[in-house]
Amino acid sequence: MVIARKVETDRLPAAVERSSARLGLAYIWVAYIAFGLAALAGMMQGMVRGGIMELPSWTNYYQILTAHGVLMALIFTTFFIVGFLITGVARTTGGRLHGTALGWGWAGWILMVVGTMMAVVTILRNEASVLYTFYAPLKASPYFYIGAALLVVGSWFAGFGVFASYRKWKREHKGELSPLFVFMSVTTFVMWIIATLPVAVEVIFQLIPWSLGISPTINIMLSRTLFWFFGHPLVYFWLMPAYIAWYVCVPRIIGGHVFSDSLSRLAFILLLLFSIPVGFHHQLMEPGISAGWKMIHVTLTLIVVIPSLMTAFSMFAVFETTGRKKGGIGLFGWLKKLPWTDVRFFAPFVGMLFFIPGGAGGIINASNQINAVVHNTIWVTGHFHITVGAAVALTFFGVSFWLIPVLTGRTLTRTANRMGMVQTVFWAVGMFLMSFAMHTMGLQGAPRRTDYTTYMDHPTALGWMDYQRMMAFGGGLLFVAAILLILILLYLTFYAPKGYTEYPIGETEKKQQVPRFLERWPVWIGLVAFLIVMAYGYPIMEQLQHQAPGSPPFKTW
Amino acid sequence: MHLHRFEKIWLMLGAGGLALFIVLLCVNAFAMGMAPPSNMEMIDPAKVTETPPFDKPGLKQVGEKEYDAYMTAFAFGFSPTKMEVPAGSTVNFHVTSPDVIHGFQIPGTNVNFMVMPGHINSATYTFDKPGEYLIICNEYCGAGHQVMATTIIVK
Repeated sequence: MVIARKVETDRLPAAVERSSARLGLAYIWVAYIAFGLAALAGMMQGMVRGGIMELPSWTNYYQILTAHGVLMALIFTTFFIVGFLITGVARTTGGRLHGTALGWGWAGWILMVVGTMMAVVTILRNEASVLYTFYAPLKASPYFYIGAALLVVGSWFAGFGVFASYRKWKREHKGELSPLFVFMSVTTFVMWIIATLPVAVEVIFQLIPWSLGISPTINIMLSRTLFWFFGHPLVYFWLMPAYIAWYVCVPRIIGGHVFSDSLSRLAFILLLLFSIPVGFHHQLMEPGISAGWKMIHVTLTLIVVIPSLMTAFSMFAVFETTGRKKGGIGLFGWLKKLPWTDVRFFAPFVGMLFFIPGGAGGIINASNQINAVVHNTIWVTGHFHITVGAAVALTFFGVSFWLIPVLTGRTLTRTANRMGMVQTVFWAVGMFLMSFAMHTMGLQGAPRRTDYTTYMDHPTALGWMDYQRMMAFGGGLLFVAAILLILILLYLTFYAPKGYTEYPIGETEKKQQVPRFLERWPVWIGLVAFLIVMAYGYPIMEQLQHQAPGSPPFKTW
Repeated sequence: MHLHRFEKIWLMLGAGGLALFIVLLCVNAFAMGMAPPSNMEMIDPAKVTETPPFDKPGLKQVGEKEYDAYMTAFAFGFSPTKMEVPAGSTVNFHVTSPDVIHGFQIPGTNVNFMVMPGHINSATYTFDKPGEYLIICNEYCGAGHQVMATTIIVK
């Protein structure tokens, strides 16, 4: 394994040119500042819920719960994803972003930072303890909603920067196939912009006027439908960049090749098509939506299994072919040949393992009637901690270990690599213990999003306490891992030795024929629009025609 | 587009399993009548306390061993607070909220649904085993969410 390569830096051009690198780093460091604060809030929640500590009087459980959710699920992920994708696009379109793309990128960063500050300040002032789902009629300060809207619009700007780079590349390379990384980034941003339109409508036309007192009541059903239209694809906005790292970067890191260019593109097109029109499966236990419409959304949701299975096959095909090429023999001999001590491979690989039970749990959550067993229990929390908190986050950590050195012109030293391995193990063990406890308690009916309680010492609730302590212990390990991660990343940003680090972009073994239809955006976007109209047109029309009486705002915290 | 032979098999098994699973879900929901709670009745949330039968929340016997439970979920409690049914009773819960969104869950059973202002949601459960069943709110509703609970006693 060669991690720190001693080369004369001035003879090798940087993988990403300075102006683009600075933009990428700006996004990634905001992501990790949010991550650090969120980790602190998360650890405290675990301790409180486990009955190990009490919060000081100036804060409360639901306030830090809101902070944890918003900072981790919305701020950390969005900033990191944008930072990762724009640097990858820069790397694969000639090493730099041109002026227009850079302009969009910085404008997006400024909007997102302003939005983040507004949201964080309102949360700290206890004016927005509405959790990251901000369900009306709980009413936050209007600045919270405006902040959220700026965050989303800022991320669109970054997406426009990626589209601009793509168009420029296409103009300069007529008739050529776009780089895989660029194609996947464009798909991810197309998906993201379509998915966030309805939540923008909810925030701008429903929540902001209502929280300002301009409109007295709000249509709860419609607000939830618009929210969950966005809420499910949000999950794919986290996953698709992790898939990009798996499909494109990991093969290069382990010294192999991309399994199939066209298959990777097809998987992304399928994710674009099927991640969107499926929000009702988050609303299975609600009144006001008929069982038939719920079933249609459940079916559309479950089709996403197909591109996930394609991804699983591709990844293990890459591992096996690479292991065999390096001399691995027998049924499983190739496993031994994989670079287990290289954190750039090890961290995302552990993430992939977490995704196997994560995906299975997702099928349970999305299922019509089975959902009744786990709906709003802490099982759900356990589920998204092993999908987003483990599969996606570990992949992002693995990416950071090489991406930050690429952007700062430094190297990942052996010691830093070893610390990264330790960090990965701590994170994985912590996440395993915590989510195991959460899944088990959830099956027994313990609720999510709840402060410490024994429900007046009811025996059922007392039976959950041991698991809650296990959850707190896992949370403690996760916090240690989070601190360790931040220290490593600070080292890689400011102190690691200068040198050349490769931006790993995998290629296929032979030049492959890729069907042209995969790049026909009007066709795919048209199909998405058709699916959306099919899945949402009638139910939304119904919700507008047969409205329940609206709800005035409440501040119950 | 070229697909590896093993991959074709892998995807066919996956897609076949998925299709079977979806068919089972449909049979379960529509043929066996176990669709999720999807009640379509509406109510004005500002007038819950004056709209019958929610003006007098409580149990109503509708059959030999069957009850309708009309309940309200509010920040931070349930009404009525005391309910008692004999073992073997079937209870149809009808619940609404005068304020924010709440949850309604009885751990250990499949009764688990959302209570939204403006809507009435419902679920049915047959309590075969005697005991004191915990009813909790499982959707965050404010500062006292963690104490929002009641019980139903099955004798």
